[in-house]
Amino acid sequence: MTDPAIEATALGKRFGRRGAWALRDCSFRLPAGRVCAVVGPNGAGKSTLLALAAGLLAATEGSVAVLGTDPASARPRVGFVDQDKPLYPQLTVAETLRMGADLNPGRWDADTAGRVVAGGDLDPGKRIRSLSGGQRTRVALALALGKRPELLLLDEPMADLDPLARHELMGVLMGQAAGHGTTIVMSSHVVAELEDSCDHLLLIGGGRIRLAGEIDDLLAAHARVSAPAETDLAPHEVVESRTTGRQLSALVRPAGPLPGDWRTAAPSLEELVLSHLRNPEAPALAPTPAHDTTEAAA
Amino acid sequence: MVDYRIDRHSGVATYVQIVQQTKQALRLGVLVPGDKLPTAREVVEATAVNPNTVLKAYRELEREGLVEARRGLGTFVRRSLGAAPADSPLRAELEDWAARARESGLEREDVAALFTDVLEKHFQAPQSHQPHQAHPQGDPS
Repeated sequence: MTDPAIEATALGKRFGRRGAWALRDCSFRLPAGRVCAVVGPNGAGKSTLLALAAGLLAATEGSVAVLGTDPASARPRVGFVDQDKPLYPQLTVAETLRMGADLNPGRWDADTAGRVVAGGDLDPGKRIRSLSGGQRTRVALALALGKRPELLLLDEPMADLDPLARHELMGVLMGQAAGHGTTIVMSSHVVAELEDSCDHLLLIGGGRIRLAGEIDDLLAAHARVSAPAETDLAPHEVVESRTTGRQLSALVRPAGPLPGDWRTAAPSLEELVLSHLRNPEAPALAPTPAHDTTEAAA
Repeated sequence: MVDYRIDRHSGVATYVQIVQQTKQALRLGVLVPGDKLPTAREVVEATAVNPNTVLKAYRELEREGLVEARRGLGTFVRRSLGAAPADSPLRAELEDWAARARESGLEREDVAALFTDVLEKHFQAPQSHQPHQAHPQGDPS
């Protein structure tokens, strides 16, 4: 049995004694080997959650276990890239990678780190200070990947990158997942950006978990339906419904077979996410995976 | 070797696209029995899709008896599909016909309509094969 990559139990974080809760009552379990999208609007608590898992913030209440231990003890096996990509501005690219090698004795994968940097046509003698945002992202990812982490936490990793670099670096990340079974958790407020690359979703809204689970399971638990207006949707759980003229369209969680005279369709991931964000009162859903044994890529 | 191209806006599930493109390569003789499919890692590095998507596509191909996974070695083609390799005389005749159609002033759509018409006349509509998942967008190729 492998430990889950992250397991949060009633996790909460409040900044300052009387501050608002950035994250509250957050419980989920992320099995190892998954590529997980952390999605939510700005200010939803995505960065707070990642910083808690990285051990950079202490929980106000509840707990989070990382790779079967506490976040601080797991740190040698975890790579974290902050939204701001903090690096030493006065070091050159080559010196930054040498620092990575020195700080991670016995683990450092110089080939991978070098390949990520080389993909960007970066001059190794250039100082970090003089790099563009996208180039800095590339160096920060090289540093995190060179550590050969078991868990990679990436906060908005793709925000600064042009479409070409985004595709290439996402390919590098997927290659890590396929080759080493690395668990990857990455946040974004753009669902479409992550849809093809992720198999697991954490949707956060207003500091709480709204959806958590395998993307396939979450999609299968919902249906988009159209029916005549005035139709009673009970007993199916309604996430969102709208009536236009004589037509009612809704996103529901079917409680059983749907009537044959409703038109039904499978929702897209983006529809699922947007419907939940537009309707904060819709209940959260975190199905427990029926099969916890999906093999990590051989 | 096949080079998968994923179209994010096609409405066809990604793993179905990989299945379809593999079958296309098998039909055209680009892949023949004994050939090795690219590893999941090679595919995901080139396409940036999730590794499980590739594995799901390969499992589907394996279920249909087209490929087999050999432990530690990779996934290999077991049998080809159809009998229309890229270099068959039939293809040369069709090329010839298409060139004549173009010379006589037919547009692309005219040719497609003609071809479909003849196809319908001589071949039964295929048993539309949907992968057994609840992805209604799967396009029967």
